[in-house]
Amino acid sequence: MAKKLIDLVKKKFGDALLQSHSRLGNDTVVVSKDSLADVIEFLRDDEASKMNFLRDITAVDYLNRRPRFDVVYVLYSMELKHMLVVRAPLEESDVSLPTIAHLYGCAAWLEREVFDMYGVKFVGHPDLRRVLLYEEFEGHPLRKDYATQASQPRIELLSRERDSVEEFRKYVKDEDINTGSRAD
Amino acid sequence: MAEDIFQGIDQDIHSEPMILQMGPSHPATHGTVRFTLTLDGESVVKCDTEVGYLHRGFEKESENSTWTQVFPYTDRLNYVSPLLNNFGYALAVEKLLGIEVPERCDYIRTIMGEVSRLSDHLTCVGAGGLELGAMTAFLYAIEGRELVWDLIEQVTGARLTVSYGRVGGVKDDLTPDFAENWAVVKKRLLEIHATTHKLLTRNRIFLDRMEGTGVITPEAALSYGYTGVCLRSTGVAYDVRKDHPYFCYDKVDFDVPVGAHGDNFDRYLCRMDEILQSIRIIDQCLAQIQPGPVNSDDPRVVLPEKVKVYNTIESMIQHFKIIFEGIQVPPGEVYSYTEGGNGELGYYIVSNGTGKPWKIHVRAPSFIMMGGIHKLFEGSLLADIIPTFDTINMIGGECDR
Repeated sequence: MAKKLIDLVKKKFGDALLQSHSRLGNDTVVVSKDSLADVIEFLRDDEASKMNFLRDITAVDYLNRRPRFDVVYVLYSMELKHMLVVRAPLEESDVSLPTIAHLYGCAAWLEREVFDMYGVKFVGHPDLRRVLLYEEFEGHPLRKDYATQASQPRIELLSRERDSVEEFRKYVKDEDINTGSRAD
Repeated sequence: MAEDIFQGIDQDIHSEPMILQMGPSHPATHGTVRFTLTLDGESVVKCDTEVGYLHRGFEKESENSTWTQVFPYTDRLNYVSPLLNNFGYALAVEKLLGIEVPERCDYIRTIMGEVSRLSDHLTCVGAGGLELGAMTAFLYAIEGRELVWDLIEQVTGARLTVSYGRVGGVKDDLTPDFAENWAVVKKRLLEIHATTHKLLTRNRIFLDRMEGTGVITPEAALSYGYTGVCLRSTGVAYDVRKDHPYFCYDKVDFDVPVGAHGDNFDRYLCRMDEILQSIRIIDQCLAQIQPGPVNSDDPRVVLPEKVKVYNTIESMIQHFKIIFEGIQVPPGEVYSYTEGGNGELGYYIVSNGTGKPWKIHVRAPSFIMMGGIHKLFEGSLLADIIPTFDTINMIGGECDR
């Protein structure tokens, strides 16, 4: 089973496949970031792989390696019960990747976490914002060069809260909500 | 897109869409979760979920600890079933090390893991009843959970933050009278299970609140990465224990309860059935377990016995090396997965060959399910959020990073 999936990717995306290995029960393919979305879409739809379940997306910061980051996708097939790890290396100078939010429901959410923690930008993501930390937070805490003891000052008002007030006003018919004279 | 949703609403002079902030301290949203709801009357049109952050920094802290020091952090992931998190992490590191644990240890992990799962399901079922006003059912379930925690306390020495798992084994053997104590607890658990069924399963109020609310289709559940009870309630029989057996799950006989509708009531019934299955697994394991060592004999990872540490220089050096430098895990990366209380609990671990993990990422089922929770809310009533949010069983510690 193991080699089959790697061979499948190799056959279809010869040049895009940078590296592959099969260790500790995990099969891994390393692909270039430009072909990442295509590889995952192919794996999801092909009859031989049927990877209909996205287990996880995360990133690894190797700090001193070039390229510095790896974004990791763990795919699984509920029907055929096999797993494949897809990794895409990223240069520090250009931490962006195509999104796969259109392929899996949970991808958008998981990509937000990677963006929050590592600052990886997902091009084409419908709603890329922080998921755990607040908007005004500076930096990306899981990067290795973010100090463990770093602290950030308290913030005054979340812009998200301001937004929801604005959004509320947009749907209230009478603009002048404060005067109390609402002409319906 | 937004205009389309509100087009029909704008024509109605009496209703305007209302934006309601539910949480972060709403009684029905445990933890720091906040839903920004757009309401049309009482119907939820749109839901934006914010999971909040408890600032515990699981992954960052783990990267600054030795491999063994991570165990206390894993306790605090899903704090209702910490043993499952302990063992899941231990299994991941063992995969990376390429070591096997003795058979008795596998049995102990299976037994204690299932005991923990009982605690998880009892809490969820009981709290679900409580949030819908069924105080009695809650008190019974909590009695069951206390009994289960008594067992855990006898074995691990702690009720909540157990830190019982170890790389290459467990902290200690089961107590000699564990099987006897289990027999007593089991008897009462079965009574509580039957009582809960009587109190809730045919209760008109409970049925009305649970049946047909929080519905999700199998396709949507798969796409949104749902696992565990939430996925099985839709009819997809995916259970890591069955599909990819680890520990002793291939040596025992148990069923995977599945639902048909993917609604709150199915999730409740699946949990109730799983309580019985866990009891079955523990019974079989206790019948099969044989005496023997509980820790691996690999000197690289397991601390020597105290007698040897005090009396031989080699064991003392070994002890110091493991404590100061940590276990030396060979370089590599692995994704290891087990069945947690809420679903698939995965650890993605990267080692660079030193005594500290380079990266530990946890695939927490709660966190992923919160990413798709708006699918369950949108189109239903505001009041349905309470039972739905409960049967999802989000655990704040796991959702946080």
